[in-house]
Amino acid sequence: MTKTLMRALSLGLMTNMGATLLPVLVYAGTYDLTVDKVLIDTGEFTKEGIGYNGKSPGPVLRFKEGEEVTINVANNLDETTSIHWHGLILPYQMDGVPKISFPGIKPGETFTYKFPIVQSGTHWFHSHSEFQEPDGAYGSIVIEPKKKEPFRFDRDYVVQFTDKHPHSGKRIMRNLKMAADYYNRKQQTLSDFFSDVKKNGFGETVTGRMDWGGMRMMASDIEDVQGFTPLINGMGPDQNWTGIFTPKERVRLRFINSSAMTYFDVRIPGLKMTVVAGDGNYVQPVTVDELRIGVAETYDVIVRPKEDKAYTIFGASMGRTAYARGTLAPREGMVAAIPEMTERPLLTMADMGMDHGNMVGMDHSSMKKMDHSNMKGMDHSNMKGMGSEEDAFYAVGSGLAPAAANGGKFLSYSDLKAQKPIYEHRKATREIELRLTGNMERYIWSINGVKYEDAEPLKLQYGERVRFKFVNETMMTHPMHLHGMWSILDVGAGKWNPAKHTISVAPGTTVYSETEVDAEGQWAFHCHLSYHADAGMFRKVVVEGGPKSASLNSSEEGVLQ
Amino acid sequence: MTHMLKLLPATLTAFTLLAPVTSLAEDPANIYYGLQIEEFEYRYGEGGEELFAYDADAFIGTDELKLRWEGDGEYDINVKKFESLSNQLALQTPISDFWDIKGGVRYTSPEGPDRWYGVIGLSGLAPQWIEVDSHLFLSEKGKLSADLDMEYQILLSNYLILTPSASVDVAFSSDREIGVGSGVNSVEAGLRLSYDVWDRAFSPYVGVVYERKFGQTANFIEAEGESADIWYAVIGAKFMF
Repeated sequence: MTKTLMRALSLGLMTNMGATLLPVLVYAGTYDLTVDKVLIDTGEFTKEGIGYNGKSPGPVLRFKEGEEVTINVANNLDETTSIHWHGLILPYQMDGVPKISFPGIKPGETFTYKFPIVQSGTHWFHSHSEFQEPDGAYGSIVIEPKKKEPFRFDRDYVVQFTDKHPHSGKRIMRNLKMAADYYNRKQQTLSDFFSDVKKNGFGETVTGRMDWGGMRMMASDIEDVQGFTPLINGMGPDQNWTGIFTPKERVRLRFINSSAMTYFDVRIPGLKMTVVAGDGNYVQPVTVDELRIGVAETYDVIVRPKEDKAYTIFGASMGRTAYARGTLAPREGMVAAIPEMTERPLLTMADMGMDHGNMVGMDHSSMKKMDHSNMKGMDHSNMKGMGSEEDAFYAVGSGLAPAAANGGKFLSYSDLKAQKPIYEHRKATREIELRLTGNMERYIWSINGVKYEDAEPLKLQYGERVRFKFVNETMMTHPMHLHGMWSILDVGAGKWNPAKHTISVAPGTTVYSETEVDAEGQWAFHCHLSYHADAGMFRKVVVEGGPKSASLNSSEEGVLQ
Repeated sequence: MTHMLKLLPATLTAFTLLAPVTSLAEDPANIYYGLQIEEFEYRYGEGGEELFAYDADAFIGTDELKLRWEGDGEYDINVKKFESLSNQLALQTPISDFWDIKGGVRYTSPEGPDRWYGVIGLSGLAPQWIEVDSHLFLSEKGKLSADLDMEYQILLSNYLILTPSASVDVAFSSDREIGVGSGVNSVEAGLRLSYDVWDRAFSPYVGVVYERKFGQTANFIEAEGESADIWYAVIGAKFMF
């Protein structure tokens, strides 16, 4: 990465001439990225993949709010590539989605991204071409804010989670299409059947199995793709990424989940984590023992290790098939105990939207006051995964509802309140229902029953505030990512609802988010699980009627003619 | 086999003509392909009979339309003859969440006379995870027949899998020339214990297979000095690519 003379100049000018000149000066950094074939060593296996500047993960790009960035991306691959700046607000031509924002970057070609940085916080970037992202094409972005941050910290680390698989993305997709359970090695076996008979009796066990068998679905279907090695900053559990601290320092950890398919439940035994930002936006601080980070989400937490000892950063995959491990230590080489993963969850009929179908579509703001008398029918035998407090963002009786390993506080979406709302709060002008649909057996994923290739673009009007109603009709959890505009997650906090770029929708639930349609052009909107997006849970969004749309249309026509 | 090769280009053309219909807009439909060899085995029969048997299946296509080849055969190692040999090429499309229909042609070319058939089929996943594959055949001689295959997997562990299977062949009229009598003419039941050694790509197994011929078909077989029912011990492997 190189900074240009211009940036050096403006920095120099600034220090020499003092603050009076500041408003007329603009930071302008130039960054060079190469897209390369690389070797990825997870400590468990070594696999050829794709990286940036010769490495996967790629570099941490450090921008400043207000900076005008120029990023030269040179494609050294023998296939088309692209970079999407995940979570960044920018002109759509710079968004990096082939066929939507631009044609893509051909082999040997260098594409120059140029856009202003209008926000701050923790973000990331990745390829939006084929399966290059699961193959390793990702890096992180840290944007320094103009104003002082609303919290103190002495150290600052990016903690980027990924799920490196020994198979290439293409091969994984093909295997899933041949046999949807190809990678599910946590299916219920004959001995599970016998132990369930012992526990719940023969009748109940058989009925339960028949219910799932009747639907031809599996209670164990939580992670479509297993067999990966979780990495933190590119390092496997044995390679143990380590961040150094001095006792009593405040350490800011920027959690980023750049996995293809894997949600992580993250904890640091012995430390409380104070969540201060989500998806790059400050939230009102909330202190938790554990949090679940969905694919493509980011959380900033502050921890304050007081003792002169090592602490393990432990990220168990949601399906408990693997864990990521890193360490915070006063000195290099120190390690702490690696905790056991808590019990593997199983889906329940609630996750299928079966038992409590009447509750789908419920308003989350009123859920806390909900009458629980109607919940007697729920199957309590499957509730072991549930915390003491119900999380409004999981179906009642869900097998996926998380609980902190130490019995403490687990972060819920309901805890996320904006520190400083980006937009004036107002009523949405229109509601759009997006049913998240799919067929696990065929490994087809879709929105409103229609795959991307068969779908018309979703048209939004510039200036409107759209309320998206996500109804998850599948048994998978889908992290829905809208490019180019914020998704204000309805946690029932009105004007304090947090602005996010990725909204995780658990099975059997309905979740709302609102978007101020303030960015012209065409954008991608999709499930961020790589293989779901590729299978069809994807939409093109076209924003019409913006101030520049007339010229935009004519230029498009020009291209077509 | 040469007939088969002549047929291939025609079917491929039909396939490429049909494929664009399935994708209206934005992105072209994703094309997938795969090869599975469910059975690839050595069979040792009660009376010292030795067979090599296989059952394979390959496809290419989209979610909406696939071209599927299915082939199976039984080769008698002692007499160096194919007891059965069949190749089928069909187009396959979903009709519901779990069921597909297919239509195409089948060609059987064991030792003795060969036959062409038009075929329609239904395959899919029945409730309780029972895999079903069935066909209705109309031969070039105007004879109608059908088959039905079923398979179920019992997970002893996530790698050690016991697979019971059953198949039935029915003919609605006899075709003496190829040794087929009318009615239920053969039943085969198998039980195979496999272990996934390399992903799901390579899974060796051992097992037993029971085969029984009925009615006129049995008579035809017995006339050739063979037994109408026989137990085999089998050893082989499953492949998936």
